[in-house]
Amino acid sequence: MELAKLTCHELLDLIGAGKTSLEDIFDDLRKRIGQTDHKVRAYVRNSQTENADVCPEICAQSILKGIPVTIKDNICTEGLNTECCSRILSGFRPPYDATVIRKLKEAGASIFPVKANMDEFAFGSSTENSYFGPTRNPWDVKYVPGGSSGGSAAAVAADEAVWALGSDTGGSIRQPAAFCGVVGLKPTYGRVSRYGLIAFASSLDQIGPLTKDVRDSALLTNIIAGYDPRDSTSVDVEVPDYTGALVKDVKGLRVGIPKEYFVEGIDPEVKRTVEDAIQKLKDLGGICKEISLPHTRYAVPVYYIIATAEASSNLARFDGVQYGYRSLQDKAKTSLIEMYARTRGEGFGQEAKRRILLGTFALSHGYYDAYYLRALKVRTLIKRDFDDVFKDCDCVITPTSPTPAFKINERIEDPLKMYLSDLYTISANLAGIPGISIPCGFTKSGLPVGLQILAGSFREETLFRAAYTYEQSTPWHLQKPEL
Amino acid sequence: MAINKEVVDHVAYLARIRLSDEETVRLAQQLEGIVAFIDALKNVNVEHISPTSHILPVQNVLRDDVPVRSLPIDKVLVNAPQPEGDFFGVPKIIE
Repeated sequence: MELAKLTCHELLDLIGAGKTSLEDIFDDLRKRIGQTDHKVRAYVRNSQTENADVCPEICAQSILKGIPVTIKDNICTEGLNTECCSRILSGFRPPYDATVIRKLKEAGASIFPVKANMDEFAFGSSTENSYFGPTRNPWDVKYVPGGSSGGSAAAVAADEAVWALGSDTGGSIRQPAAFCGVVGLKPTYGRVSRYGLIAFASSLDQIGPLTKDVRDSALLTNIIAGYDPRDSTSVDVEVPDYTGALVKDVKGLRVGIPKEYFVEGIDPEVKRTVEDAIQKLKDLGGICKEISLPHTRYAVPVYYIIATAEASSNLARFDGVQYGYRSLQDKAKTSLIEMYARTRGEGFGQEAKRRILLGTFALSHGYYDAYYLRALKVRTLIKRDFDDVFKDCDCVITPTSPTPAFKINERIEDPLKMYLSDLYTISANLAGIPGISIPCGFTKSGLPVGLQILAGSFREETLFRAAYTYEQSTPWHLQKPEL
Repeated sequence: MAINKEVVDHVAYLARIRLSDEETVRLAQQLEGIVAFIDALKNVNVEHISPTSHILPVQNVLRDDVPVRSLPIDKVLVNAPQPEGDFFGVPKIIE
């Protein structure tokens, strides 16, 4: 049996029925990674995969029965390399677990000991900005998997992982999920603890699941969601059983279609595919109507001020003192400031430097009011757009990204073009609302297209219900790439 | 807003990042393009709009003052690139 192809809930059923064992699952995953990861490169340091083994203390009575979960390289795992795919964190082995990792272990998950590739510090939309080199799209290895959680998405799509965690600051879970044809959820800001997530932009970051279907997404969200005293921005709102929302019924669901998302810049095949998906939802009983999110066009500029400003502050901690890379020089002849500047000049990649400098600029004397403060005000307007829409819509449906996956090297030299691939995902982070991307078809050349569903804060159940109904009425999630 | 070499040098100094000359030139060019794009925000009327620095109504979170064990020193120093004894080693800062 090809166990690596199955979802977590399918594996749990097989284990429950005594038809397979955890050893068999690990064997099959290792075999699959051995066969395909030299093409996909979803994992970093993947020579360590052979050490991936069943953890002896996994309790057979636990919820997850030892089934492994793949983790993005920016989520702290005690004793396991966590380097944000950056030279400046090379060799870093956290002395503690992130809260999501602790929760997964308590639920009986194995933490897969090799981390998933990503853009350095989650700065990017293609996973090309990794110190370890790019990951490739399993549907066509000439194309990018999206990013920044491209390793997590590609591992799930290529059946090199059962399921995975990523992080989403401007679309970094949803956009790679769309490019790789898997399900990716960004929860409401504050739904999942950020403790142990190496910070990019603290007011935007959320951890979320990348999975083969919507049921697994709900299952994994059940485990990682909830208040954490160690993250004062996590919210003390009860966590429902999200699998209870997996009802195949959208009759009467009020769906908003924002006209601003279907204009210039959208690929015609993406447009047609998403319009077909909207028609499908209508056929299933959803009530779709055109709405307006008038400040949409300002989301990308607002994001690239706020996110880089926060990043420039968060990344100040990488200075060669407490962890990671330090520029080697004669300590007696070098000043402290020079040591910092050399370490950071040698340790950060090009995109990290670009963003730190942009953020430092936006916060610097003389530019703060014109850039940073103004961006915070426009953020208020973007949030209000959504507040207004959710007064009479249950959810909003859009394409996840304006285009399907693009070719490796196609946008790497043009940062602005790269930033625009997050055009449709960034607003949800700015407004703090949840969003999910699910597969909704393919282009003529066989690349997946993603459908994004957004809902009001803490309305993940609405997302799961709409996503589940669409998924169960369409064949897209059952298709697998040939590798 | 023109981003020239001097602006990049100044910002790189503030950010404590040493750049090669070639990097400075390239970054000035790229940042110029990005800032021109961001300048679109100047067209938005933000009069009487309050800034959103945080999406949730944030408040100070207090917790009980209960002593707990912190990490042992060897675990704290295990990732340090150049530890000295029980300390993080850095270049001399006081003459």
